[in-house]
Amino acid sequence: MTGRFDLDRFLNTFGAWSLGLLWFLPVIYGLWTAVHPSEFATRFELFAPLTTENFVRAWTAAPFARYFLNTVLLVTFILIGQFVLCTLAAYAFARFRFPGHNLLFTLVLLQLLVMPDILIVENYATMRVLGLVDTIVAIGLPYIASGFGIFLLRQTFKTVPKELEDAARVEGAGPIGILWKVYVPLAKPTYLAYGLVSISHHWNNFLWPLIITNSVETRPVTVGLSIFASVDQGVDWSLITAATLMTSGPLLIAFLLFQRQFVQSFMRAGIK
Amino acid sequence: MHRRIEWIYAWLLLTPALILLFAFTHYPAVTTLWASFFSTPRGRREAEFVGLENYITLLEDETFWQVLQNNAWYAAVTIPVSIALALVMALWVDGKLRGRSFIRMAYFAPTVLPLIAVANIWMFFYTPGFGLIDQIRGLFGLGEVNWLGDPDLVLGSVIVVAIWKEAGFFMIFYLAALQSIPPSLREAAAIEGASRWTYFRRIVFPLLMPTTLFVSVNAVINSFRLVDHIFVMTNGGPDNASSLLLFYIYETAFQYWETAYASTLTVVLLLLLSLLAIGQFFFFDRKVHYR
Repeated sequence: MTGRFDLDRFLNTFGAWSLGLLWFLPVIYGLWTAVHPSEFATRFELFAPLTTENFVRAWTAAPFARYFLNTVLLVTFILIGQFVLCTLAAYAFARFRFPGHNLLFTLVLLQLLVMPDILIVENYATMRVLGLVDTIVAIGLPYIASGFGIFLLRQTFKTVPKELEDAARVEGAGPIGILWKVYVPLAKPTYLAYGLVSISHHWNNFLWPLIITNSVETRPVTVGLSIFASVDQGVDWSLITAATLMTSGPLLIAFLLFQRQFVQSFMRAGIK
Repeated sequence: MHRRIEWIYAWLLLTPALILLFAFTHYPAVTTLWASFFSTPRGRREAEFVGLENYITLLEDETFWQVLQNNAWYAAVTIPVSIALALVMALWVDGKLRGRSFIRMAYFAPTVLPLIAVANIWMFFYTPGFGLIDQIRGLFGLGEVNWLGDPDLVLGSVIVVAIWKEAGFFMIFYLAALQSIPPSLREAAAIEGASRWTYFRRIVFPLLMPTTLFVSVNAVINSFRLVDHIFVMTNGGPDNASSLLLFYIYETAFQYWETAYASTLTVVLLLLLSLLAIGQFFFFDRKVHYR
């Protein structure tokens, strides 16, 4: 090939790498600062001494263990709730004919536009009436009936061949038996995809948990970190970046290990 | 199955999801509108019907207009730039490239990181004097800049973070769409002697239109929803120069406890979202190539 072709390729590679490094810079910087003593936070010397002290200090300076527990409980609660409720609803929309089908499905899709994230004022009032303010249940409840999840599972269920359902019926399975034995196993990749999207979304969620919680026993890590970084620390960058990496850590490690599944899951969740 | 029994079954399956959906999406959307015609209840004084008073306050509220203008800029820059970057990223990662999986990971990483957490790192980048950006500027003999303290620069600084967060997420959808384009189209175009640019403009880009619609609807929603970094980086300041609509709603409701006025602001947000979503469907309707 000619030299022009090589130049084209070189420019593309160069561009892709420059942007990639730029995009990764916050993570690289975070790692650098977190594993070096504070005096190297703004001085970049190759042989600066390494330390784990920042992590230890951050971990003991705030109840991060409790925050992590809260987040894990929250994410688990939401995931289980979403799987159960969205599966049932998606099954009804995919395989049953009943009056009000289209109207109800439109109302479900409306949630893709009008999300609970935006209706913070009224949802807070509802939680106060229910006596749920400052509970982990209250953080998760508005997200359990997810329009996105119902839509995604309905699309998957619709691709299941009717013959499989008929075969199960001949064997005497009722509607719930059919759902459990035929539809759910065939939708496993969708569950994986939706699960990863849901976990990373709710692990990272901030505004609603900030509003509805006000004690250490309920705060997830995102809210805990924001309080830690704003009130306690002034400008100790090493400490703050160590805490930052800690809160993103489990997700980041899971992401690095299961990169392919993550990317494919998000892809699958996006295609209809 | 008997018809009636089928109906009952379907409704039973739907009931748990629909109860929660109505309780936390449809009901609050309606009560928001309702509450916007009342005053804020205080102590023992109950909310009174005040008609359009909250809306008149809104029209005269200079902060509201500034916040609306900020959000308009935020959307107008974030949406096209992050979508364009996403498309470029997807084309790069889809092609032959050394270290492709690292690059893909780097582009996608911001999507899985909590914005509230990485905003702390961005804070440092923007710190006047010591921050990374100013250190690099220093190498070229340029002076300090107070990126987050200057009303003229702060919105731009916040927008950069939003683009960084979003582009990799949208890239995934383009990547999925690119991988579903049959390779035979490229071969056919090559035989016809079409340049790569022509191939992209005449074949790839039109085929990506449904993805562009999907991504841009998402981008519009996010341009109103993505406010986490504001909390860490600026708190809306200085002088509301970086405040966005949802952040202002939060402040009004949960710092000043003006809940009725916050509901009024939420009505505006809901109206804007609906109008933009409907507008996009009409705008793209003629251009989307449905398969």
